[in-house]
Amino acid sequence: MAYSDKVIDHYTNPRNVGTLDKAKKNVGTGLVGAPECGDVMRLQIEVDENQVITDAKFKTFGCGSAIASSSLATEWLKGKSVDEALAIDNMAIVEELALPPVKIHCSVLAEDAIKTAINDYRVKNGLPELEMPKSHH
Amino acid sequence: MLTLPIYLDNNATTPLDPRVLEAMMPYMTNMFGNAASRNHAFGWQAEEAVDYAREQIAALINCSPKEIIFTSGATESDNLALKGVFEMYASKGNHIITLTTEHKAVLDPCKHIEKMGGKVTYLQVDEKGLINLKELEEAITDKTILISVMYANNEIGVIQPIREISAIAKKHGILFFTDATQAVGKIPVDVEADGIDLMAFSAHKMYGPKGVGALYVRRKNPRVKVTAQMDGGGHERGMRSGTLNVPGIVGLGKAAEIAKQDMEADTKRIAAMRDRLERELTTIEESYVNGSTEHRLPHVSNISFKYVEGEGLMMGVKDLAVSSGSACTSASLEPSYVLKALGLSDDLAHSSLRFGLSRFTTNEEIDYAIDHVKEAVAKLRELSPLWEMFKEGIDLNSIEWAEH
Repeated sequence: MAYSDKVIDHYTNPRNVGTLDKAKKNVGTGLVGAPECGDVMRLQIEVDENQVITDAKFKTFGCGSAIASSSLATEWLKGKSVDEALAIDNMAIVEELALPPVKIHCSVLAEDAIKTAINDYRVKNGLPELEMPKSHH
Repeated sequence: MLTLPIYLDNNATTPLDPRVLEAMMPYMTNMFGNAASRNHAFGWQAEEAVDYAREQIAALINCSPKEIIFTSGATESDNLALKGVFEMYASKGNHIITLTTEHKAVLDPCKHIEKMGGKVTYLQVDEKGLINLKELEEAITDKTILISVMYANNEIGVIQPIREISAIAKKHGILFFTDATQAVGKIPVDVEADGIDLMAFSAHKMYGPKGVGALYVRRKNPRVKVTAQMDGGGHERGMRSGTLNVPGIVGLGKAAEIAKQDMEADTKRIAAMRDRLERELTTIEESYVNGSTEHRLPHVSNISFKYVEGEGLMMGVKDLAVSSGSACTSASLEPSYVLKALGLSDDLAHSSLRFGLSRFTTNEEIDYAIDHVKEAVAKLRELSPLWEMFKEGIDLNSIEWAEH
């Protein structure tokens, strides 16, 4: 299977690799996937007092498409408000990276990671947990 | 001069040896006759070439040229052996014993046989990938007609104790079939000394062309028969109809001749390179060799690099053509069933790479491969949340992973 140029670019030069301090109140962490399934993504966001995401970091165990999906997600998250971030749809990632059908689950995982990170942030800050859409994979 | 990419996937297929191509060329051009044409020079020429190839192959595996049935490849040979014996010996019984780590070309015909009313026992292997001979003997019933155990495994290269297995088969009056696709031409295979009744193999795994293979069918002690699975002109002693692939067969013959002549020197050189590759790559922290290293083909190494995912790793070593047990490389989204049969956890199975060397592999290529893999593993571990957790001393089994 040939990878798209954008997947190769994100894989070769992943954006925002790293770790934020998960103990901080304004950091939300989303750890999704499972080693047995061959994909684990950890996506973290740092949110300022205006509900704007000022920083995002990821680490991913997975194939090139999984790495690219999470790298792209961190790029998109920075500068967005939490509400805007919640609106990120996996199909936008599929489109941007030109993922083939067998790799759609990578984008779903990235969307799950975003939502899980936001929920973690909300719970930490006394906000009600959002209902997570059940993963479709 | 190093040319990229480097091919290290020789268990999938091997390049055609130029000497083989040279032998084939006349039969693709002006010597195009049908080996079954009995009444003109074109046919005689083709028949002569096929007969010569039979002798070359027979010399490699120590059988009579008459015991070679040409097919389109090992998959067809496997199908013919399994289904052919099942049909031919239906009056004697309907039970077949095989391994969970067999190639799909054996497992799928076995499933087909089960649908047709047959019974199949799939024996587990140990953590090295080897058969348990006691379990094999215990699985035999009065309905058992065939034991089907591969000579060497395609993913991990593990060689089964063929002589011990055939002795058990003989003791119980059961036929013994082996899929020797990965072994023939690579290690000494002797159907007499090994006690083999039927054996499948293919040209393209031993520097021959694709689309041609053979089934060895023993003619005496005992005389083995299989029911044809392809009906037509009654070629190949009625066991496999269809116009013979003369250039392919010539290629298989030549590949067999070269294998016999070069095997010792090739093996020595290839094994030394494989051992060096493995020694270097296992200096990487948390890397594990899969399968027995004692009973193994000389040109294969299967290694898991924990906390990195196989397909991601393959993308990182894009100048190396290797394969992985990772689910992402298969259509099924399941990691390698062979590695799982060794008792590997799914995450280790996902993290494996298979290196397959050939007689054309050079030391320079191995040097490059070593550096390239080390770099890629290091880079991907920097990206891996699992590696970070491992380094922080977090037990990954203590985490409740989301099902997906």
